[in-house]
Amino acid sequence: MSSSSSSDEERRWVPLRSRPEFSDVIPVEQDDGPNPVVPITYKEEFRETMDYFRALYKADERSLRALHLTSEAIQFNPGNYTVWHFRRLVLEALNHDLHDELALTEHIARGNSKNYQLWHHRRWVAEKLGTSATTEELRFTKNILSIDAKHYHAWSHRQWVLQALGGWEDELDYCQQLLEEDIFNNSAWNQRYFVITRSPFLGGLKAMRESEVCYTLNGIVARPENESSWRYLRGLYKDDNSSWVNNPQISSVCLEILNAKTNCVFALSTLLDLISHGFQPSQEFTDAVDALRISDSEQRDSDVAKAACFVLESVDPFRANYWQWYKNKHFQNA
Amino acid sequence: MFMAELAARKHVQFILSKAKEKDSYESVLMEHIRLNGAYWGLTTLDLLGKLDTVDVNEVVSEVLQCQHESGGFGGNIGHDPHILYTLSAVQVLALFDKVDVLDTEKVANYVAGLQNEDGSFSGDMWGEVDTRFSYIAICCLALLHHLDKINVEKAVYYILSCKNHDGGFGCTPGGESHAGQIFCCVGALAITGSLHCIDKDLLGWWLCERQVKAGGLNGRPEKLPDVCYSWWVLSSLIMIDRVHWINKEKLAKFILDCQDIENGGISDRPDDACDAYHTYFGVAGLSLLEYPGVKPIDPAYALPVDVVNRIILGIKE
Repeated sequence: MSSSSSSDEERRWVPLRSRPEFSDVIPVEQDDGPNPVVPITYKEEFRETMDYFRALYKADERSLRALHLTSEAIQFNPGNYTVWHFRRLVLEALNHDLHDELALTEHIARGNSKNYQLWHHRRWVAEKLGTSATTEELRFTKNILSIDAKHYHAWSHRQWVLQALGGWEDELDYCQQLLEEDIFNNSAWNQRYFVITRSPFLGGLKAMRESEVCYTLNGIVARPENESSWRYLRGLYKDDNSSWVNNPQISSVCLEILNAKTNCVFALSTLLDLISHGFQPSQEFTDAVDALRISDSEQRDSDVAKAACFVLESVDPFRANYWQWYKNKHFQNA
Repeated sequence: MFMAELAARKHVQFILSKAKEKDSYESVLMEHIRLNGAYWGLTTLDLLGKLDTVDVNEVVSEVLQCQHESGGFGGNIGHDPHILYTLSAVQVLALFDKVDVLDTEKVANYVAGLQNEDGSFSGDMWGEVDTRFSYIAICCLALLHHLDKINVEKAVYYILSCKNHDGGFGCTPGGESHAGQIFCCVGALAITGSLHCIDKDLLGWWLCERQVKAGGLNGRPEKLPDVCYSWWVLSSLIMIDRVHWINKEKLAKFILDCQDIENGGISDRPDDACDAYHTYFGVAGLSLLEYPGVKPIDPAYALPVDVVNRIILGIKE
């Protein structure tokens, strides 16, 4: 976040008032508005850097020394968007080599990568560099995602890169790799959906459905408590309920998980979803759901859908009202 | 319903002390988002019935000094304008019934000028696009009575293009569903009267799945609970009439467990460091849960209900 991330630089830091190239600049202090309650005692180096920055910013001086100064100010506080803005104006005015910006943003990201300005700057640069930046941008985001696989900014940037600059070829494999590392990674599931629905090379959702259903069902059987894989499965049948209900693989995986008797919430909810769209459950489902009742005193119902709702109300008590509502809405007259 | 107690007096002291604290390194790092900080702090004070401890004229004068000639506001005096701080400025003035000090037409023109051809909004002249900015623009323009300055139909269409198969919304089309972005999208749809465009049952189930065993809410599957999601998730659930699908008692307990009883303030999770941001979201969450002694907050405008009634419905107390 601050200069402390690079102790070498801090040791070499020379006060701006002692630098000959800034001797003509009169620093401008932050105006803290009327009646500042307490005089500010900013950390000295940061304060001085910002005072000189304000002077150059006010004078709209788009020079090489201004560029260097913004780099220092950004390293002190990467969140200050005005400094980033001014830096872009200077870069444009000097027609400066933008490859340096990739190094700067990567350096800042090492300290704190959850910063909107950093990612916005990175995109501005990549947009200017065009398709020559594709490989580097995919590498950069991959690097960040290797540290935090759910990094929202990195995923956003990566999606933008794919759509604006390309590089779709290996993306499905990359999703696969991340899901092998952590099958609960909702971001990787989301990216997988993004790829199968938007990649120009895969033919779209319908063309991918069969193989994706197989892949997802394997993941579901391995970890049936995984909300993400179940939602992905349902997403594969977006706007196509009749195919959803008529794929026997799906109901049979539900049955398999119900019979295993652990982590049944999503299998039960999927069964309810199937039934509400016309699936006719066999006696096996009725028996499997009946066997899930925690005690005999629990309410039972001859209708399998209602029985499943009763089970959900007791195994998922935080959401009991949801399951009650679900029962009343879909199966009141069953 | 509420087992623990809200240390309201301590939180007021905490917020007031944060406002005066300008010499810490942390407050320097926050310098560029001072207007956001003012919104969090002052709304918290209002929800706790203590807005009168603040000098109105001082606040109004400070806010106005952050205004740029374009009509937009920067995060502090001398900083570039951005839609984020423009909404904070309008919200802060709204708290004090001082929106009329603005040239509302000029502010509205700045915001409306950020709408793109596809209906989306940029945050400023540099063009970053995000559904957060759609919400901010729509909320801001509604508070200024100038929604007519934008193409609402296109704005709604863009938001709906960010809807995912799980019922949630992301920052751009295809972006992962995230409770913060969901609040923005649902809030914008609520303000523009477009809630019928979403599958409330599907979204409601996704949102209520965000409640974890500790009682708190997370923002995405398999993430840790955080007090700020008490606002993002809860307000969304209220706007789509599905708040009874979570366990409100457990959520209230989670928020109350995140208080610093001695020094005031609320943190993201129990025993972490407190800040103004989480204190606001904690108090706002309790307000949505109808905690006694906390003023009701409007889930779409993120302002106290009496403030919204005054501005939108013209009801003076």
